[in-house]
Amino acid sequence: MSKANVIKKLLTALLLSLSLNNSSLANSPPKHIAITQYVEHVAADAVRQGLVDELIQKGYQEGKNLTIDFENAQGSAATASQIARKFVGLKPDVIVAITTPSAQTMVKTVGKNSIPIVFSAVTDPIAAGLVSSLKDHKAKVTGVMDAPPIKEQIAFIKTILPNAKKIGILYNPGDSGSVSSLQIIRKEAKAEGFTLVESTPFKSSDIQTAVLQLVGKVDAIYVPLDNMIVSAMKTVSSLALKHNLPLFSADNGSVEAGALACVGYSYIQTGHKTGEIVAEILNGKDPSEIAVASPGTIDIFINRQALEKLKIILPVTVRTQAHFF
Amino acid sequence: MNLIQFMGALEVGFLYGLVAMAVLLSFRILDFPDLTVDGSLPLGAAVCAILIVSGVNPWLATGCAILAGMVAGFTTAWISVRWNILHLLASILTMTALYSINLRIMGRPNIALLGEQTIFTPLENFTSLEDFSYLRHYTMSIAMGVIAIVILVFIYRFLSSEKGLAMRATGANPRMAKAQGVSVNRQVLFGIALSNGLVALAGALWAQYAGFADVTMGVGTIVVGLAAVIVGEAFFNPKVILTALIACILGSIFYRLAIAVALNASFLGLQASDLQLVTAIIVGFAMITPKLRSKILDFKASRSQA
Repeated sequence: MSKANVIKKLLTALLLSLSLNNSSLANSPPKHIAITQYVEHVAADAVRQGLVDELIQKGYQEGKNLTIDFENAQGSAATASQIARKFVGLKPDVIVAITTPSAQTMVKTVGKNSIPIVFSAVTDPIAAGLVSSLKDHKAKVTGVMDAPPIKEQIAFIKTILPNAKKIGILYNPGDSGSVSSLQIIRKEAKAEGFTLVESTPFKSSDIQTAVLQLVGKVDAIYVPLDNMIVSAMKTVSSLALKHNLPLFSADNGSVEAGALACVGYSYIQTGHKTGEIVAEILNGKDPSEIAVASPGTIDIFINRQALEKLKIILPVTVRTQAHFF
Repeated sequence: MNLIQFMGALEVGFLYGLVAMAVLLSFRILDFPDLTVDGSLPLGAAVCAILIVSGVNPWLATGCAILAGMVAGFTTAWISVRWNILHLLASILTMTALYSINLRIMGRPNIALLGEQTIFTPLENFTSLEDFSYLRHYTMSIAMGVIAIVILVFIYRFLSSEKGLAMRATGANPRMAKAQGVSVNRQVLFGIALSNGLVALAGALWAQYAGFADVTMGVGTIVVGLAAVIVGEAFFNPKVILTALIACILGSIFYRLAIAVALNASFLGLQASDLQLVTAIIVGFAMITPKLRSKILDFKASRSQA
């Protein structure tokens, strides 16, 4: 090997390593997303977890090529607006707003044609004024709507309890999610031949009374996607179980907290779907071309303890499909 | 903290300055602890929002919101004065009832005003023009500041008038006021109505500013208003009514700046969930500082004497 050859090789190696360095620098100005949610809530936290997991699968890892800012308004509308201001100033690549009030504040502050906004865990984005339509919304606002599959949920009660006549429904009249689903619930219950008995606690301290009010009057209790009731699920489920009432919830986290069963989207799944949309935008897709999505497949969740206590025997089709807790 | 965030704190601070002035009227001037405000803020937002989505002129809708708030305040005062029920309890009654009433008014828990005509629309249109877009971050805080100052002047003029003096006398010493021929009950009725009208105005402005009215938005209004009043007092130690009113607005702005700072405190290893705690600590510290200073001055004075 001649001297010149060695030098040539060394030089090539040097150049190669330089160019490698350069390219790795060039393709990774770290992306930046900012997440906000309105309250501390198991469901909202699960959405965020699913979102982060999905982004990792898509190749965006926090600390490596992704920065995540996260703020929680802790239930205050004024704080939510201040968070929105902070995010506008940060100019992230994508803003993720979990729950309706957060998304509304964000859209109002940021505008529909500036920083891309991805909302999540919003029941009805059109009524909330976030998008004008689900597909051709022509704005940099898109996201995941988690309108609960009410038809399937009510039909499921019929499958499990074929002899049930009266269903108690527990909701907070101040919760936009549960109120917007109420009309569909009434319709579907009628279709299945159920009579509805409504019990409406306004504050979490009224929940206990509201549950006891249903005891003896109904064959089962159904809880829609209601922030307040879902947060107090442990109280509701232990009371229901004590009085041998099967408890069905529209929120799958409730099953872990003792409710008998839930048919619906898992929040983790909602988060994953949100993450998919965020990743698409980070990869350069125009958010105005991304339609508002649904979380995807419907799952069945069953609580084993409640099942044994209530001595309910599941149909085989349900038993093979369900996720048990 | 970036500029946009600072301006945001100013906007919200000015807006809640209205609430603080209303709380000053009830708590301090009339000596009537009034919790109705937790209900009259969303009431103002609800009335304004439902009227706007029904196509009513936003200025008229805002006016109606003020009237609705005044009715709510009047109800509280009436229950208290007419039936001799403790003011605190009367206001809790009205506040509780207002939750259901607000739901009735709106027909649903959340009304979106995104894309609707509001009183701020001309301003937003103006800054969306190319030539003036650089003003975009300032206009809203200027607008809010102007509103707060107009209201401040209005209240100041009122409290300096003969009627206003009668109201202040009622709060300071009701028996004395009565002896001077002041109708104490009427003063309370009007004062609490005025206070809640102001809060409802804040609610109406808030709905138009934030783009939605939500039935849960009133939670903690009284705490925020009271905090602003107390922070203002701690800082400025106001002796006359004008400085007391100014202190309200500045106290409210300080409170919002405290939240903005808390939102940026993540470098200290704090989490998003620590926000309320950090805010409380900053506000608490701010209130203690003037007292500490006077303590230190006293201590020095006593040492130099000895």
